[in-house]
Amino acid sequence: MTKLENFINSFNKTFIVEGRYKLFASGISNTVFIAFFATLMGIAIGIFIALVKTNAKDNRKLFILDKICSLYVTVIRGTPVVVQLLIMYYVIFVNIDNSILVAILTFGINSGAYVSEIARAGIDSVDKGQIEAGMSLGLDRKKTMIYIIFPQALKNILPALGNEFIALLKETSVAGYVPIIDLTKAGDIVRSRTWEPFFPLYSVALFYLVMVVGLTAVQKRLERRLSESDRN
Amino acid sequence: MKKVLSLLLIMTMIFALTTGCSSKTDEQPAENTTNQDTAAQAEKEEDNTLVMYTNAEFPPFEYFEGEKIVGVDVDIANEIAKDMGKELVVEHIDFSSIIPAVLNDKADFGAAGMTITAERQEQVDFSISYVESIQHIISKKDAEILDMEGLKGKKIGVQLGTTGDLAISDAVNLPEGDLYNSGAEVKTYKNALEASQDLLAGRIDAVVIDKLPAEEIVNGNEGLKTVVFGDISEAYGICVKKGNEELLNSINSTLQRLLDEGKIAEFIENHSK
Repeated sequence: MTKLENFINSFNKTFIVEGRYKLFASGISNTVFIAFFATLMGIAIGIFIALVKTNAKDNRKLFILDKICSLYVTVIRGTPVVVQLLIMYYVIFVNIDNSILVAILTFGINSGAYVSEIARAGIDSVDKGQIEAGMSLGLDRKKTMIYIIFPQALKNILPALGNEFIALLKETSVAGYVPIIDLTKAGDIVRSRTWEPFFPLYSVALFYLVMVVGLTAVQKRLERRLSESDRN
Repeated sequence: MKKVLSLLLIMTMIFALTTGCSSKTDEQPAENTTNQDTAAQAEKEEDNTLVMYTNAEFPPFEYFEGEKIVGVDVDIANEIAKDMGKELVVEHIDFSSIIPAVLNDKADFGAAGMTITAERQEQVDFSISYVESIQHIISKKDAEILDMEGLKGKKIGVQLGTTGDLAISDAVNLPEGDLYNSGAEVKTYKNALEASQDLLAGRIDAVVIDKLPAEEIVNGNEGLKTVVFGDISEAYGICVKKGNEELLNSINSTLQRLLDEGKIAEFIENHSK
């Protein structure tokens, strides 16, 4: 009985007292908000870099841009995201008051480096014959890329992009290093009030797990829809 | 395959959850666990170390000097260890994790400029207070923020879990609080230095923190000033696990000796540059 009472007491302390569930709710919404927009930004940056890199082989004009992109990918993938966040928040974007915006920029720029590799693999995965087919129909290089190659590449990398969103959702748990109340920080705040580590931490873990399981289900559906047009 | 994996994961979570809870319930009744306590103590006595947990982001009480943690609390802890004939080990951890570490015997005691509050006393026992401190408000030199009234509608930075955090969060979030619905906003930082960096950057208007770190910060930053915040005075204590009378008594006698000799004021002087 005392076990149950303890459980209820802990639950009460973690969620009900002082309306702490509101803290978790705003934590979850901030986490999802940051992860979602950072993923969009990451995809935009990633696709841009992938296009530069795949086209730089045949186009000398892109040489410098290609080198800049390589440097960006090396630096971003070679440093931890927490350090990037602290640098962005306290040094580079010190004039931006909105800390959530800084987080979106940081995680977006970070994710862009990873997405660029995914997107490049996607573009490479489309058969070379497709380019030749496009050209032989009278399309120029750009149009072939946009109408023939890119849609097929996107379909191939969609599962990986979904994974990127899921990974980012969990990666934003370090956002609390700067004054943002994300889900993990919400748990930390409650923990600093109740002095009970177990309940807030397991609750936070469970919230992440539920979100990820939900997203995985959505991702599966989307893939099934897209595979309807597959011949095999 | 994926289903099996997810099922496995969920089972692990549930298992972890239940074991987590049960170990907690084991800890709570202090009388019943004296056997365990003495066993744990005996174990520690064997290796002859005294483990102190602190959050070394709170100068002058504890801070990193190179790779070493130094500060007023460390000096005090050294004296305690000397009186007990033991070797001191200092570990750095999140401020909010100190009490949990003391509760599950990872630490013998916690010393981190920790204010003695009723809430904390429910979980641990405190020594006699060794420093009286007061809360300060740090703001830019040209700002007119002197008291609770001045904080209305302002963005206020605090260090997570500190007395300043608890006081300001309550004032902002509770309907009876002085800052409720005034448009004031609390921002929680990992440490007071980061909060003051954001103050300098203009992202927040004020930082509420203990007197001594406030003075340290203002000394290190041109353009900031600090004022006494109301008369919320607080007393620092060292925390030990409930029922650990033996350790608490030795800590108290060392503290009393240091207070009598005026050593603590000396330590503070030494660490405030």
